Amino acid sequence: MRPFEYERPDTPTGAVAALRERGAGAAYLGGGTNLVDLMKLGVETPSTLIDVSHLSPAHVEERADGGLRVGAAVKNSELAAHPAVRERYPVLASALLAGASGQLRNLATVGGNLLQRTRCSYFQDVSKPCNKREPGSGCPAIEGDHRNLAVIGHSPSCVATHPSDMAVAMVALDAVVEIVGTDGPRTIPLGELHRLPGDEPQRDTVLEPGELITAVELPPLALAATSAYRKVRDRASFAFAVISVAAAIEVSDGVVSECRLALGGVAHVPWRASAAEDSLRGRPATEESFGAAADAELAQAKPLRDNAFKVPLARAVIVRTLMELCDRS
Amino acid sequence: MTTEALTAAVGVPLDRIEGREKVTGQARYAYEHSPDNVAYAEPVQASIAHGEIRSIDAAETLAQPGTIAVISHANAPKLEQVADGELALFQSNRVSYRGQLVAAVVADSPEAAREGQRLLRIEYAPEPHDVELRADHPELYTPEKVNPAFPAESAQGDVEGALAAAEVTVDAVYSTPAFHNNPMEPHATVAVWEQGDLTLYESTQGAPNARDTVAKVFGLPPERVRVISPHVGGGFGSKGTPRPQIILAAMAAQHVGRPVKVAVTRQQMFATVGYRTPTIQRLRLGADAGGSLSAISHEVVEQTSKVREFGEQTAVVTRTMYAAPNRRTGHRLVRLDVPTPSWMRAPGECPGMYALESAMDELAVACGVDPVELRIRNEPDVEPESGKRFSSRNLVGCLREGAERFGWEDRDPTPAIRREGRWLVGSGVASSTYPARRQPSQARARAEADGGFTVTIGAADIGTGARTVLTQIAADALETSPQHVRMEIGDSAFPKAFLAGGSMGTASWGTAVVRACEALRVKLAEADAALPVEAEADTAEEIKADEDLARHGFGAQFAEARVDADSGEVRVTRMLGVFAVGRVINPKTARSQFIGGMTMGIGMALHEESVMDLEFGDYLNRDLAQYHVPACADVREIEAHWLDEDDPHLNPMGSKGIGEIGIVGTAAAVANAVYHATGKRVRELPIRLDRLLA
Repeated sequence: MRPFEYERPDTPTGAVAALRERGAGAAYLGGGTNLVDLMKLGVETPSTLIDVSHLSPAHVEERADGGLRVGAAVKNSELAAHPAVRERYPVLASALLAGASGQLRNLATVGGNLLQRTRCSYFQDVSKPCNKREPGSGCPAIEGDHRNLAVIGHSPSCVATHPSDMAVAMVALDAVVEIVGTDGPRTIPLGELHRLPGDEPQRDTVLEPGELITAVELPPLALAATSAYRKVRDRASFAFAVISVAAAIEVSDGVVSECRLALGGVAHVPWRASAAEDSLRGRPATEESFGAAADAELAQAKPLRDNAFKVPLARAVIVRTLMELCDRS
Repeated sequence: MTTEALTAAVGVPLDRIEGREKVTGQARYAYEHSPDNVAYAEPVQASIAHGEIRSIDAAETLAQPGTIAVISHANAPKLEQVADGELALFQSNRVSYRGQLVAAVVADSPEAAREGQRLLRIEYAPEPHDVELRADHPELYTPEKVNPAFPAESAQGDVEGALAAAEVTVDAVYSTPAFHNNPMEPHATVAVWEQGDLTLYESTQGAPNARDTVAKVFGLPPERVRVISPHVGGGFGSKGTPRPQIILAAMAAQHVGRPVKVAVTRQQMFATVGYRTPTIQRLRLGADAGGSLSAISHEVVEQTSKVREFGEQTAVVTRTMYAAPNRRTGHRLVRLDVPTPSWMRAPGECPGMYALESAMDELAVACGVDPVELRIRNEPDVEPESGKRFSSRNLVGCLREGAERFGWEDRDPTPAIRREGRWLVGSGVASSTYPARRQPSQARARAEADGGFTVTIGAADIGTGARTVLTQIAADALETSPQHVRMEIGDSAFPKAFLAGGSMGTASWGTAVVRACEALRVKLAEADAALPVEAEADTAEEIKADEDLARHGFGAQFAEARVDADSGEVRVTRMLGVFAVGRVINPKTARSQFIGGMTMGIGMALHEESVMDLEFGDYLNRDLAQYHVPACADVREIEAHWLDEDDPHLNPMGSKGIGEIGIVGTAAAVANAVYHATGKRVRELPIRLDRLLA
């Protein structure tokens, strides 16, 4: 392995300053559950690790409007167990518990979860080309093994998926990300944090160099109390999503008054299904409407040779998840 | 001292003798032996699948602080040739598969060795490669034999005629992917040379066997090599033969004049320690309307490498299972630019029974006969192809007992009609079998001055409980209690014993232990024997005199599968196995073997799959996040039971091997349950959700 420096600043702004000082070779370290693996594989070779896993706020803050502010250093397991999350945002608690394993969730942070890298086999193998790892080297997944890669929003340079479950639920909840950078703090909607690969697949997010996620805001959302996360995977636990669905719905007099829908395992980003949501609002809460909404979203899908099954699979699971939510409410 | 109170050691669920040592971290595994001044070697793997090494530039590697040496074909010592070409480490500049070891970096620390590996520049001249197993591959050939020495083909009667005349036929192709063994402890070696003597701390299924092979490779007399292996964290066959890392450790230690450690990483294991070949199997069955078989044909296509021929004996099990006058089995191989396949838990029986028992289920459906009853109707009187008498065969008993325990009686055979919420529910059954063999071994027993006994044998406990079971066997043979027996195993300096493989460990070692203990008791009975007294035994003659019988364990497995109607996700909610395996020596460790085998079988049915990348020529999913074995959540209710089986034709314990039979029928039982749940017959493992949605 390559020797690296380790720093432990006291404040988020101190971390940003330290990273700027250390230059391009420096990286923030949260729980390390993905970064350290990538260092062992030689995919990441930071010269300095700036530990931000302890930086405040490392807790979940109740906000006056009924929303929550989640510190970036909060552990996935803590967030999943938080009573307010379980009560007001069950989709998020469920998504968190669907991810990784108990041991990993005890270490992984909220900020790190958002910024984890794709698990595409080619990205993780430095002996092979990968545009995300080595821009311009090519994407062998397009002709190779892509059964579990993207069906929406991919590009000729990259067909990777974002691996997070938590982010899919948060995107559906209209979460907002608080960021500190060299120019001070800013916020952006989580739905705008991740980017499609285009011809720059090496950039997973819109974060500028040195920017640090400090918190995630969950705005109050009444319909989130009737929400669910459904993850389809190749084994019952400790597997990334083949596809996943985060959904919340509000039905009045048999008509969908409001809804939220996001998909995981289908794209380079946690995919907000806006077309489906638009199609659903004001429609009767029936299997037929749900199917039509799923079709409206999945019309954009351009599956690869071996992952076309994800499209009907996503449709079936969207419909089932919404039906089950309606039965509950 | 009453004999009755003391003959109870065999049959008792004794806790593992070394259990406390293991759970408290006191038990030392191979890599945990740290001689003074030890150095670390990191293997470098080929990044092409076929071709040759043009040049190796080690300048940057050697410039790195802590690096001691780079070893490759350019400076490696000449090794003696042995049967396993995978051990011809660094003997040429040719590359036979991607991931083959082509060089090593030796350094003062594992970190420096790993960085040195990253900095090594190897230039290759690649040649086109072929890594795809196809049933119509033009270079398929019939080998002379399949593992270990079975004829590749067999034929009796007129299969084609019988199939043409049959009232009911099944003709189906089943395929299985490559599977990788993945024991918890990766392969590891610590090598120490002292005055020309080589000591190896090794993770192996057989220290004496490893010693003999390494001695041959280095041109040494066996007595100058010692392999020490007190604890082993699993092997599943992949540690049954020495692997390149043991040669690398010894070579590197010789090269740098220091002890050297090598640990194979999980990722490296996917190219360097063997795996189960993918198979394509065509099964043809002919039967009358009542399901009585007139013809069985089982033809298998498999891969091997260009380094060494290994033909898995996939269809051999069909020679034993069911009666039918007209029969054929055959194996064809193709040499691809891939690592050499090797032993993985129940080589042959495991993939072969997946196909045969799936075809039997299809026949049951086609005939409208209950699948349990169908198997009973085709029960043979003697081993079908050899004509030998069975020493015991209680498949029917296992099927009946299993059916009763599982609640099979009320089963409606109609597929796809049971639904609970979003789950389609079904059940399936399959038979299991595994040979009950034993091999010559030696053992020594000693009565100590303090009244205890020491029993010594070069056996291996790879996590099976062998040390505990042998202690029980010795205690009974010595008419003492287990706490008075000290069992020494895991060292090639001990009396030579067969390896932990082929489910033969307990039968082979147990026989030698019993005979040594008997010999000791004779000596002790002689007047005035002054302690310590020692006796040895060698079972070669005894085993040579064994009557020529068909000796096999049998079992029946029942599975309940649930399939999500929307997503195609499969969950095995119940798994039940009943086995007839002679006398069970330790019910606790036996149960672990059975449920461990069945758990691995669930993985085979639903999860495990090594994905070959055709462009680059290697297995892609090289870690346990990508190569899925069952998680705890995938294994719900799992039960193992066994019949009382008294077979006097086996060995002094009356036991049959149990390490492998648990995996054998599991995949077919699950596949048959998935068919019953959904009406869909997936003939390609693993039964992934996309295959059910297709």
